[in-house]
Amino acid sequence: MTVADIVKNFGLQTRAGRERLLEEVTGGYASDLLSDVIAHSRKGNIWITIQTHPNIVAVATMKELAGIILAGGREPDADTIQKAEEEEIPILISPLFTFELVGKLYQIGISGMSPC
Amino acid sequence: MDGTENNILIHKTFHIEGGNFQNAGLISDQVKKILKEAGLPKKVIRRTSIATFEAEMNVICYAQRGNLSLFITPNFLKVVVEDEGHGIPDINLAMSDGYSTADEKIREWGFGAGMGLPNIRRNTDEMVLTSKFREGTHLEFIIYLDRQENMLPFE
Amino acid sequence: MTLKEVKETTNAEVISGDHDLKKEIKCAFAAELLSDVLALSQEGALLITGFTHPQVVYAADAANLCAILFVRGRWPNEATQQLAIQKKIPLLSTSYMMFETCGLLYEYGLKTCALKTENGRDGK
Repeated sequence: MTVADIVKNFGLQTRAGRERLLEEVTGGYASDLLSDVIAHSRKGNIWITIQTHPNIVAVATMKELAGIILAGGREPDADTIQKAEEEEIPILISPLFTFELVGKLYQIGISGMSPC
Repeated sequence: MDGTENNILIHKTFHIEGGNFQNAGLISDQVKKILKEAGLPKKVIRRTSIATFEAEMNVICYAQRGNLSLFITPNFLKVVVEDEGHGIPDINLAMSDGYSTADEKIREWGFGAGMGLPNIRRNTDEMVLTSKFREGTHLEFIIYLDRQENMLPFE
Repeated sequence: MTLKEVKETTNAEVISGDHDLKKEIKCAFAAELLSDVLALSQEGALLITGFTHPQVVYAADAANLCAILFVRGRWPNEATQQLAIQKKIPLLSTSYMMFETCGLLYEYGLKTCALKTENGRDGK
C-alpha cells in the first residue's frame, strides 16, 4: 500500500510532498511525543500526530518515514509546509481524531509494530 | 464593576513558579478541592478545573512567576492570573486554535499544542486577557453559578 | 465496552483500580498533549496515552475522564500511581504501541470521543 492509496482511501488533503506519494507504507506509527517517534518508528512508517511545528519534518526525514498525517483537522504551520516541501515529506490532513483515524487505517491493513 | 469586592465568600491566592513542570497541575487541583467543598455544580467544577489548569500551565511554560487568585461570590466565581514574563506580543494570534510558541521542553511535558487560551475561552463565560510585552500577562475569567447551562448534567 | 474488556483486548496489566474493571467505557481518545486531554468532555472516556507524568492524572481528573491506558509498556511512577488512586482513576498498561492499541480497540467496536468544540462561548 502506498501513501497515495491512503490519501485516496480516506479522502485526505495533501499539504506538501506530493511528489513522494508513491512511497510504500511499511506500517503505522502514532505518537505526539517526538522523542518516542525517534526511538521507535521504522523507515517507511506513516506517522499520525497532532503536532504541527517544523520539527515533525526533521523527525520524519531523520527516520525516513513515508509521510505524516495530521489528525483532528490540524493544519501544519507555514514553516512546516515549507520544510516539508524542501525535504519532500508528504504532509496530509484528516478531520478524524487519532483514535478513529488509526482504527480505520488498521482496518485496511496498516499495522503497528509488535509489542515492546 | 462586577461586584466582586462586595460579595466575596471565598478568596484564595496561590503562587505559581515559572518553569516548574514538576508541580504543574497542583494549583488547579487545589482550586478544584475548594470548589468541591463549596458544593458547586459538577459542570462548574469541571469547566473551572480545565480553565485553571490551562492558565496554570501557561504561567509555568511561559512566565517567570505568577499568582492565581480565586474569588467565589454567590453568583459567580472569578479567577485572576497575573504573571511576570515576556508577555504576549499578539493576543489575537495567541487566541487562535493551534497557534503555539512552545519550545522543546514544553512539548516534552505534553503541552504546547496551542489549545490553551482557546480552551480557557470555551470553558468560561467571560474572559479578559491583557499583556504588556516583556512585562507579563493578566488573565481574568468568570464562570456564572446561576446560568442554566452550568447547572446541566454532563452530556 | 467495559474496562475489563479493554484490558483483555489489549493484553493490558492493571496498575491500579482493579476493583473498577466493571466500569463502562463509552469512548476512547488518544492524546499525549495535555491540552487535548483537557478539551475532552465525555464521561466514560478512556484516555490512551504514553505520557506518564502525574500531570496526566491531574488533567484526566480536571476533565472527569474514566480511566487511563498507557501504551508502549509505559509504566507511571509512584507519584502518578498514588495520585490516580486518590482520584479514583484506574490505570492500565499495555505493551502494544499506540497504533496497535487504537486499532485493536476500534476493531472491537469502541467509538471515538467527541471533543468539546462548541462556539457558544464566543460573543458575549
